[in-house]
Amino acid sequence: MNPVPDNTPADEFQIHPLSGAAARPGTRLSAPLAAEVAATLAAGPEGGAAVRSVDLRVPLLEKNDILAERNRGYFLGRGLATLNLVSSPGAGKTTLLERTLDEFGRQTRCAVVVGDLETDNDGRRLHRPHAPVAQITTGGTCHLDAAMIARAVESLDLEGVRVLFIENVGNLVCPASFDLGEQVRVVLLSCTEGEDKPLKYPPIFKSADLVLLTKVDVADVLGFSRELACANIRRIAPQARLIPLSTRSGEGVAEWYDFLRTLTPQR
Amino acid sequence: MHEVGIMESAIDSVLHQARAHGARQVHRIVLRIGALSGVEPESLRFAFDVVTNGTLAAGAVLEIESVPARALCAACAEEFSVESGFIYTCPRCGALSGDIRQGRELELTRIEMS
Ligand SMILES: Nc1nc2c(ncn2[C@@H]2O[C@H](COP(=O)(O)OP(=O)(O)OP(=O)(O)O)[C@@H](O)[C@H]2O)c(=O)[nH]1
Ligand SMILES: [Mg+2]
Ligand SMILES: [Zn+2]
Repeated sequence: MNPVPDNTPADEFQIHPLSGAAARPGTRLSAPLAAEVAATLAAGPEGGAAVRSVDLRVPLLEKNDILAERNRGYFLGRGLATLNLVSSPGAGKTTLLERTLDEFGRQTRCAVVVGDLETDNDGRRLHRPHAPVAQITTGGTCHLDAAMIARAVESLDLEGVRVLFIENVGNLVCPASFDLGEQVRVVLLSCTEGEDKPLKYPPIFKSADLVLLTKVDVADVLGFSRELACANIRRIAPQARLIPLSTRSGEGVAEWYDFLRTLTPQR
Repeated sequence: MHEVGIMESAIDSVLHQARAHGARQVHRIVLRIGALSGVEPESLRFAFDVVTNGTLAAGAVLEIESVPARALCAACAEEFSVESGFIYTCPRCGALSGDIRQGRELELTRIEMS
């Protein structure tokens, strides 16, 4: 047992700066206790705590939402159709965009902004003389945000560009909360992921304008039920257009290009 | 895990308000989080302790009010509240709805301080 002096002189006590409570030197009140003591000390003569309650309504993503609206206005003003492509890692976003630039991109000028946690591999895969590409490496951030898009777009030569593809970081959760100012949100679900993905990640599917069921060429080999996957997508995302496709076999790709054409009416 | 960034933005607003009111301590913070916001309340609570550490909001109570989704039925124009789950079936006519009218909220709504 430590010897505790029972006759400690009063001047060895200090006043706690936050709560005003007396304490021995070196004694730190825990934050909740300090708060409680401070509230008690602040109590009025009737004992009612002088705690003020302030009601407000601050959107937590206000900054992003404002920047997203600014991006949207900019894209609209330029007559630029913008698509935000979101999926789990490896669902086939870059592969689809490569083919799209090689085919659709020959008639209609396209540009790409691609986000990854690390490496510029996807940016290099997408590099084409006829299509400007900007790579964003987020350095660990699990989603793109509107500010990143605004900066990346500044570095692109958008002269004559009609369609801007934004390949988001492979992630089905975080991108759901971040509006980039896109016109169309495209969610990709690949046949290697299981039919129940939409039921497991509802917010992102609920925010989709278009769902692409990708890699349908391997569905049979994997015992993946296209019918069940499509039914699940329709139940969770009845607002979305649904196109099953395979970039490898080409199935559904023409329908994807038709969809893109509806976004870029001839002027 | 984008909850840390979201919590940082919430606490920035809280501390701004606390300073504006000359408060010395924040006791309670109330957030409204929609069922479709894409944000996990548990991750928010974890981020809260980290982000408030060493600030006027350290030790405050974090209250999270969940906001259920509401949807509008395109077939019969009924607006309905979704009790649970993510398949929005109109209680009046049984049609599926994807027209979301509420549930994406992500807001700071009350601060108690002294
Ligand atoms: N069988 C088949 N494989 C495909 C198809 N499309 C893409 N893949 C393969 O899927 C793998 C991932 O494709 P990516 O295009 O890199 O996927 P991603 O969505 O861009 O991936 P991240 O950017 O890492 O999220 C590659 O090995 C592709 O060859 C397809 O239509 N069929
Ligand atoms: Mg990719
Ligand atoms: Zn109805």
